[in-house]
Amino acid sequence: MARMGYDGVVLTAPHTEPYARFSNETAHWWIARALRGSLRAAGLTPAQIDGFAVSSFTLFPDTPVALTQHLGLSPRWLDTVPTGGASGVVALRRAARAVQAGDADIVACVGGDTNPIDGFRTLLSAFSRFALDASYPYGFGGPNANFALLMDAYLTEYGADRADFAHVAVAQRANALNNPHALMKKPLTVEQYLSARPIADPIALFDCVMPCAGAESFLVMREERARALGLPFARLRATIERHNAFAEDPVQLRGGWAVDVDDLWAQAAMGPSDMDLVQTYDDYPVISVLQFEDLGFCTKGEGPAFLRKHDLTITGDLPHNTSGGQLSAGQAGAAGGYIGLVEAIRQVTQTAGPTQVENARRALVSGFGMINFDRGVCSAACVIEAGA
Amino acid sequence: MTDTPPKRKDPRQRTPVPLLPPVQRSRAALGLTLAAAEGRFALQGCAECGAVQYPPRDACRACLSTDLTWREVPNGGRVVAQTRIHASPDPYFREHLPWRIGTVALDAGVPVIAHLHAAVSRGDRVRMALRLDRAGQGVLIALPDIEGSAMTSDPTLRAMGTDPRHRRVLITDARAPESLALTKALLAAGAAEVRLGEPETWKAWDGRAAFDGLAAVSLHPLDVTDTGSVRDLAAGLGGKVDILINTARHERPGGVMTGDLTRARDEIEVGYMGLMRLAQAFGPAMAARAADGVNSAAAWVNILPVQALAHDPGFASTVAAGAAARALALSLRAELRGAGVRVMNAYTGPLDDDWHQPLPPPKVAPKALAQAIVAGLCDGLEEVHVGDIARDLADRWRRDPRLLAREMEGGLS
Repeated sequence: MARMGYDGVVLTAPHTEPYARFSNETAHWWIARALRGSLRAAGLTPAQIDGFAVSSFTLFPDTPVALTQHLGLSPRWLDTVPTGGASGVVALRRAARAVQAGDADIVACVGGDTNPIDGFRTLLSAFSRFALDASYPYGFGGPNANFALLMDAYLTEYGADRADFAHVAVAQRANALNNPHALMKKPLTVEQYLSARPIADPIALFDCVMPCAGAESFLVMREERARALGLPFARLRATIERHNAFAEDPVQLRGGWAVDVDDLWAQAAMGPSDMDLVQTYDDYPVISVLQFEDLGFCTKGEGPAFLRKHDLTITGDLPHNTSGGQLSAGQAGAAGGYIGLVEAIRQVTQTAGPTQVENARRALVSGFGMINFDRGVCSAACVIEAGA
Repeated sequence: MTDTPPKRKDPRQRTPVPLLPPVQRSRAALGLTLAAAEGRFALQGCAECGAVQYPPRDACRACLSTDLTWREVPNGGRVVAQTRIHASPDPYFREHLPWRIGTVALDAGVPVIAHLHAAVSRGDRVRMALRLDRAGQGVLIALPDIEGSAMTSDPTLRAMGTDPRHRRVLITDARAPESLALTKALLAAGAAEVRLGEPETWKAWDGRAAFDGLAAVSLHPLDVTDTGSVRDLAAGLGGKVDILINTARHERPGGVMTGDLTRARDEIEVGYMGLMRLAQAFGPAMAARAADGVNSAAAWVNILPVQALAHDPGFASTVAAGAAARALALSLRAELRGAGVRVMNAYTGPLDDDWHQPLPPPKVAPKALAQAIVAGLCDGLEEVHVGDIARDLADRWRRDPRLLAREMEGGLS
């Protein structure tokens, strides 16, 4: 059966709460700040929110249930989205259907986390059962080691080298220099990328994100409502989501997008070449390359050659991770699953300010999450387009 | 690098604090630890559909059956990706960086993340093993396909294991039948020094002369039934015991109703109280030295009659003392695990010695017991079953301890 479209559902009021490397505040604080940012942008009060989707790793012992009482919300629709780097797109999918069906009128989607000193190690230590049993006892390299194995296999399988990945990191740093809130403030050269301190071969310092605190949020509502509020908005054209794809592959050289890519573009009635910008999930350049391949921009193994042919900066022919992405703006826990989507809403509503891509109307946003053991389990993607 | 003998310790330097790699595991994953403790390569599989899976789960990933078992599987594989970790937030691994791991596609049909032996790299065929790591938990390591001398000098294996090479050993009773063979096997495995305790030094005994002239071997007065004697030796040796092998035991045939109370008390004094005295005198210093360089404290070995898993009417009180010592040893294992010192229990069938003379074969030659202990130390084992009787009895005990207890009513004899 053909999937229903998302007619009449729009995304609006994107808000990024500026990141901090370390924070003494709680996840509750960060989520409250981001939610308030979106409400202010929309001219709404908390009581007008009747749907709430939350993603966070650091709310413990609370859940979004406790958060409703903590923040004084009384939604009639509540969702916890635990898909990490895929949580922005996945929350959007849930919220869009709820709004479409009338189960909620205005859903706030928020991803946010704090990062106290030593918080990242503590978070890793209890990340998942498989990680505890079968990953951390092996050097405790965290995601760095997992992606090192992935990148090592990729380089070997497709004859790429590290310089191929420098292109992604360097362009994102150039984009980040336009984003006053990016944690990384210095330019990055290919030489610096290549000669950086090794972290887990072949991954070096500039392949890695910097864990930080932060929060991102946006609202999902019906188009009439956004118009009534006078808000610029984006339409949702297509989405996909997949978990635990290709479980038999010894190393993750393809993600779940490859299962659903045709479905995505068919629902969007567009193709990769129609996109004005692309926001991939970028905790490491290699995973961004996988997304370009698996989402149909080029064939498997051609990612590095394809990307070299394109200028990935804001003013380039294929703007990518325009706010600097996680690699240069920081990885704020579950907000890392929102950073690309929130920036894409700003881009297609022409509200991105210093990172604005000229005439951006269509964006592909993709998410990837949860290294449960040896690979990311969740993948998702969506296509959004400027409202009328 | 780790194969050069360590320098003398400088007492002014700080002794590194023993740290452990991540110790937390799910209940299912402890199956890896149980297999590693015995040196078996076993993975979890489905009893219904046969699918092998990793990491261990609570249901089958192929058919959702919850009837899961552990089975020995082919240990071949191929390394498909590798990395050398240079940065880790974990304090234990930070002291051992860089650390190599890889993804191995097992012949058994599942990919795993494993430690890599130094001589193994991407593309290689490998032989997989389950080993206990410093935390006492089972981990996978990819070893060279062909066994070779590189095994003893590999830094990853050394960090995890209890290899006697370069280590200083205390054998608590020189007069035990296996002590001479054990001394020679340890020296052959590269032990730096072997010290042996000698009870009742005023008594001449056959076999003492065999220790004369052995380089790096010395005898020291030690009576495990005398708290003062045990403390004296511990004070004298200080931090020079890296491996302690408790060979002191008192084994006599006899039943319950007709047994000799004095002998029974001796069995408890030597086998049970002796272990406790040794643990109190030597345990804390070993625990403090578990990260003390190449010749760190590494292992504590107990020798127990395999019947201690159940009972034996023919050796009623000897085996009861052994069972008491076993229970104490398991608690000692729990205490020393926190420091990373391994407690190995070597369960032996009846030895081919005077006290087991009326028993029919098969019996365990003292030399075989010695070699099994040293091999177990080289492989970092916790549970060693020596001889056919011990292996058979342990196998029956694993399947059904109550059935074994019934079957033992006639005793081993």
